[in-house]
Parts: sequence; C-alpha cells; structure tokens
Amino acid sequence: MIIRYFAWIRERLNRDTQELDLPNEVKTVEDLLHHLRETDEDFAAVVPPETTIRLALDDELVELDTAIGAAKEVSIFPPMTGG
Amino acid sequence: MSVKVTIQAEMFDAGALVNQFTHDLPEAGAVTTFTGLVRSTPDKPIEALILEHHPTMAQKQIERFAQDAIERFNLLAIQVVHRFGEMKVGEPIVQVMAASHHRQAAFDGANYVMDWLKTDAPFWKKEVGPQGTDWVDARETDETAKEKWTK
Repeated sequence: MIIRYFAWIRERLNRDTQELDLPNEVKTVEDLLHHLRETDEDFAAVVPPETTIRLALDDELVELDTAIGAAKEVSIFPPMTGG
Repeated sequence: MSVKVTIQAEMFDAGALVNQFTHDLPEAGAVTTFTGLVRSTPDKPIEALILEHHPTMAQKQIERFAQDAIERFNLLAIQVVHRFGEMKVGEPIVQVMAASHHRQAAFDGANYVMDWLKTDAPFWKKEVGPQGTDWVDARETDETAKEKWTK
C-alpha cells in the first residue's frame, strides 16, 4: 500500500509518500492510523490521535471506519483550505 | 450540459475566461462568475500564497461537485479553473462559472460548487509573509456554508 501525506503533515514528517505492507489485522483506515502510531515514532509525534485529519482511499474521501479493502493508496492530510 | 475542470499553475485572465465560456451557449440567459483572489489584510499582511494539491483527487472531486450542480440546478454548463503553486497578492486562485436559462440557477450553481470545493477539494494554502510561512487553518464557517445544501 502506498501512503501519501500532504500539507503540514507532509512537511513535519519530512516525506510525501511511503510504501507499506499492511499486517492482516489492519482492516479499516482507523486500524491503519493505529498501526502507524505504534510502528512509526515520527507519525505518532506528528499526528497524535487528537489531530483533526482527513483521509482518502484511491482519491475518494472516507471515514475512519471505512474498510481499506483493495485500495492501493491512502492519503492522509489536514482539513482542506482551497478555493 | 457540459462540465469543464482545469487545474493549472499558470495565471489566468478572469474576464477572458468568462467571454470564452459564454461564447458557445446560445440558450444561456444567465451566467454567474465567482473569482477567488489572493488577499492581504492590514492585520495579517502576506506577499503570496503557495497552494499544495492532490492532483488526481482534486480533478475528480471538482468534476463531481460540478456534475452535481448541473443536475441539481438544471444548468447548461459549468466551468472551474483552480490554480496551484505560488501566487502573489491580487492574483486569481479559482474561478467558477455557471450558465443557465435564468439567473437563480446560475447563482446557486456557482455558490454550490464553491461551498463544496472549500471543504472537500484537496488543496492546502500556505501563506508567505514577512515573518515566514504559515499553513492556513480550515474555517468552521466553510463547514457550515456547505451544510445548507444538505437540507
């Protein structure tokens, strides 16, 4: 799975993409966030649980309980500020 | 019923875009245009904005809002141009144009697309000012603006 980071999350992590093999117990987007916080100190520091973030699976906005399923890419970013 | 969405770094000419948009719409009795600009205020002067975006997702999301607006308000056409990269104060960031038979649908169509775009299109603004750079926080009022369309 490819993970893409945007805006200040990307800057503070100092990376824009990452490739990761997901363990079987990671089923939902929320599971993925837990997994990242447990296995990646930088992610845990930059994106603690109280951070307001938004998520997309293969270009579609999703909620925390959305199943990752066959998605190839997850994007993690702060609330959007376009327009 | 046409939808055209362009995401580009280049500057655009707001007036020229409207003229081009209306050129092939003989049925249109109304066209509205919203142009969003880079602004600097006395409280927080800035020199420029840098817009980061998620290219594939931005294109899909804006096309979706535009298509929704066409169906919801029975519009003749919608065109959206959104820029990314660095832009100076006074330059245009985004332009939404909606065409319809009568005025209300055109007003509503452009308003609808902008309200959704503000909160659900993947762009992030970073201000460049005298004290350095600063990511812009999302505004609560943008979330509530969008909610009126779900009622």
